[in-house]
Amino acid sequence: MSDALSKDQIAKLIADDIPQGAFVNLGIGQPTLVADHLDLERGVVLHTENGMLGMGRAAVGDEIDEDLINAGKIPVVETPGASYFHHADSFAMMRGGHLDVCVLGAFQVSVRGDLANWHTGAPDAIPAVGGAMDLAIGAKDVLVMMTLFAKDGSSKLVEDCTYPLTGLACVSRVYTDHGVFKITDEGVRLREAYGATMDELRERTGLDLLD
Amino acid sequence: MTDVLEADGAADEAVADVPDGATVLIGGFGAAGQPIELIDALRRHGATDLTVVNNNAGNGDTGLAALLKTGHVRKIICSFPRQSDSWVFDDLYRSGRIELEVVPQGNLAERMRAAGAGIGAFFSPTGVGTPLAEGKEERTIEGRDYVLEYPIRGDYALIKAHTADRMGNLVYRKTARNFGPVMATAATTTIAQVVDVVETGALDPENVVTPSIFVDKVVLL
Repeated sequence: MSDALSKDQIAKLIADDIPQGAFVNLGIGQPTLVADHLDLERGVVLHTENGMLGMGRAAVGDEIDEDLINAGKIPVVETPGASYFHHADSFAMMRGGHLDVCVLGAFQVSVRGDLANWHTGAPDAIPAVGGAMDLAIGAKDVLVMMTLFAKDGSSKLVEDCTYPLTGLACVSRVYTDHGVFKITDEGVRLREAYGATMDELRERTGLDLLD
Repeated sequence: MTDVLEADGAADEAVADVPDGATVLIGGFGAAGQPIELIDALRRHGATDLTVVNNNAGNGDTGLAALLKTGHVRKIICSFPRQSDSWVFDDLYRSGRIELEVVPQGNLAERMRAAGAGIGAFFSPTGVGTPLAEGKEERTIEGRDYVLEYPIRGDYALIKAHTADRMGNLVYRKTARNFGPVMATAATTTIAQVVDVVETGALDPENVVTPSIFVDKVVLL
């Protein structure tokens, strides 16, 4: 049996699954790791919600420009062929179905592809949604990158989300340390398992996973 | 006709007529495109009971955060208030001294775009089935579910561009453009701070991002 995957290994799996020439938005946090594994030869174009296509790597030294940042407010660089646009156009690219792929983190994903990733629902939490709801319903393919289990051991892939929802039936694949899961009309199909057997994953998630 | 203000105190002069209770659209995504000097002038001006629309709810202790700290902002409409450096807002919110309306970022932009474009309301797929759609009218159109969203109009927009000409045509710089062009259309009075003013005719008309019709005052800093 193979070992469970590291965050970097999950990011590499996602990067390898992104089609040639795709327009891609990487959510803030862990999904930004995917950029480190993208093969530039494949012509993937990164979109950032704050108004840019053709976003490059993090800026260093003299490259740092306070007017050129990503959605996580980190300074980045331009790539050849980059473009800038205002916020209404940037979100038209999502909502209008122009963006091919987005990669988001999650608190929970349901077996129908419902996504919960913006709010824990805790009474003292300050809600902050950013662009998550627009991305969730906008990109043609919504990929989730997360650990399969929460710190308390509970599965984050669930029958029904208990956290407040970000979007309904919007996730197509879930990439985790223990497996890649495809959300299909028939149910959740395990593509590959890492560091656990199919039966162990069925047991620990409590879900009827399909082969 | 656009006024170009460039003397000392131009920022203060530009915001001097903002009344108590005004809705003020403030550009910027984090620090990029945030019109710090206009916000500072609004803080000195001292109008109270303001509603502020911005993507965030202030960073650190400067700009929007400093305005919030005065207690003159009654309500903030934004997509992402909680950040590692949003302690000013966090404190006001947790002690019940500021009202918060969280709006998905695309709906925030589109609600202002609608205001500027004279659209009465629109159906958006964003937020359907989530707590942010509760109580809103829903409709299924060609098999897809949508939620009704209303425009957000500003009495004032404070934005930051890079270059203006004396007509008020604006050009922005990189990702500092963000909400500026949309907010410029959505307010009764739009005030743009810029770092450069050129003579009319010096901007290539093909490259103008915000046409002068949307700009009332330019402040050169």
